[in-house]
Amino acid sequence: MSRLMVNRRKFLTGASVATAGFALTGCDAFDAYLGPDAKTRQVLEGANDLTYRVQRLLQGRDALAQEFGEADIRQPMRPNGVTKPEDKAYQSLLADNFADWRLEVTGLVEKPMSLSLAQLQAMPSRTQITRHDCVEGWSCIAKWTGTPLSLVLDQAVPKASARYVMFDCMDTIERSLSGSILYYGTIDLFDARHKQTILAYGMNGKPLPVENGAPLRVRVERQLGYKQPKYVRRITLIDDFAQIGSGKGGYWEDRGYDWYGGI
Amino acid sequence: MEHFSSEKPKNQAAAGQLIYRQSIWTRVTHWGWAVALFFLLLTGLQIFNAHPNLYIGAESGFGYDNAILRIGAENTPDGPLGFTTIFGTKFDTTGVLGWSGDPPRAIGFPGWATIPSYYDLGTARVVHFFFAWVFVGSIAVWLVASLINRHAWRDVVPGVWDIRALPRDVIDHLRLRFHHAREYNVLQKLAYAGVLFALFPLMIASGLAMSPGANAILPWLPDMLGGRQTARTIHFVVMLLLLGFFLIHMVMILAAGPLNELRSIVTGWYRVDDAAEKERGR
Repeated sequence: MSRLMVNRRKFLTGASVATAGFALTGCDAFDAYLGPDAKTRQVLEGANDLTYRVQRLLQGRDALAQEFGEADIRQPMRPNGVTKPEDKAYQSLLADNFADWRLEVTGLVEKPMSLSLAQLQAMPSRTQITRHDCVEGWSCIAKWTGTPLSLVLDQAVPKASARYVMFDCMDTIERSLSGSILYYGTIDLFDARHKQTILAYGMNGKPLPVENGAPLRVRVERQLGYKQPKYVRRITLIDDFAQIGSGKGGYWEDRGYDWYGGI
Repeated sequence: MEHFSSEKPKNQAAAGQLIYRQSIWTRVTHWGWAVALFFLLLTGLQIFNAHPNLYIGAESGFGYDNAILRIGAENTPDGPLGFTTIFGTKFDTTGVLGWSGDPPRAIGFPGWATIPSYYDLGTARVVHFFFAWVFVGSIAVWLVASLINRHAWRDVVPGVWDIRALPRDVIDHLRLRFHHAREYNVLQKLAYAGVLFALFPLMIASGLAMSPGANAILPWLPDMLGGRQTARTIHFVVMLLLLGFFLIHMVMILAAGPLNELRSIVTGWYRVDDAAEKERGR
């Protein structure tokens, strides 16, 4: 019977070549292809569009994010991003317990509005216990109470050309030489009209705390945390976000995160 | 050409015969997921670095402890220390996990193990999800092709006869005694079937269980895997198992004859042992 015996020298040579190859590849060989303007990156970013389309197709309009029970709330909601806005405008509103705060609803709407917290709270509300998934990888379950965004949109009556809802916030997320940048973000009307998309003013049975976005934050339960802005002051209906910020549709999107945060 | 001759040239009788072993579908999809898994691994480690802890349950314990793994850095009288805590036992992993690089910094997995080499969660996610589609596409093509050309049942899934041959095959492997035949040996079948029918599906399922969008489509999926954070832990453990498979795969290829094995997965043609051919003919 003929057997192929392992040639030890061949084996060792092969093994060392393979090891060297593997060690070389992991380092910075791909960095140059992945910068914000690299062509390769633009191709790779197309996958997010595919994910968006496939998930939208399979979700339909009404598929709900998973909801939990009271017993699943085992800890305070983990705050992230800006947790204590130092902006003067915000601080003076906070000092007055947001009595002078107004939510502006503007842009491509028939009836621009300015709503006080009391007016929002007087509208029908929705309460949901959901799992907040951060892009970093952690999750935290909390109970959210707020006004369905669809009710606010119904009152403002979006024009036919409106495609996205933009949220402008009161917290400075970054100070740079060109000035301070306030957090902002956009979602499509599909998510804006979703049953679980609420303008939350309550959390775990209490008024929304400052670190979690008081007086008002958005809950977009089928997407990650960075798509759910805190400290909201204005809702603008727009048809395109190419001219806003760096044109990617949000503070984090302008810094390389995918616009669709459903994955 | 030698390939197309069923008669071996007499002067090469000892070398065995070239046979067409791997179909184009097997070869193309093999390299599809090989490339995809390379990028998925290195961008996955980068994504993990954004929160280098693993938990059991639906959520991450901040007010209580449900972590089974934590990688981090801390200051000690002797300077910064990288540590890894697994099931409550803390290990000093300075230089590799928690604290590494030049200049050293607090980072889960070191720069040489991640894409990009610097910390960039957004970019890693862009690359990861692109290759996730390549990976899923390769598996889908392989599955359809291998059900049609019967590769899956004929070559990969072990049968009763294979299980009977298991003890002898284990001994052969331990002695580094390899038979080169058209068929995979039983340990090969178990390894390939395990990867294709257990690890790959589990990797995709645990990945989807982490997507809030997919959760709305398949609300039972995270629950089935023990909650979203357990799914994240499973995703990580399956990565380790696939890495283990890859290392053994490489060692086996080198031990069994790298040129012949590589030719077979590139061109499809494989040189079989005379002995194996004779056994088959009996």
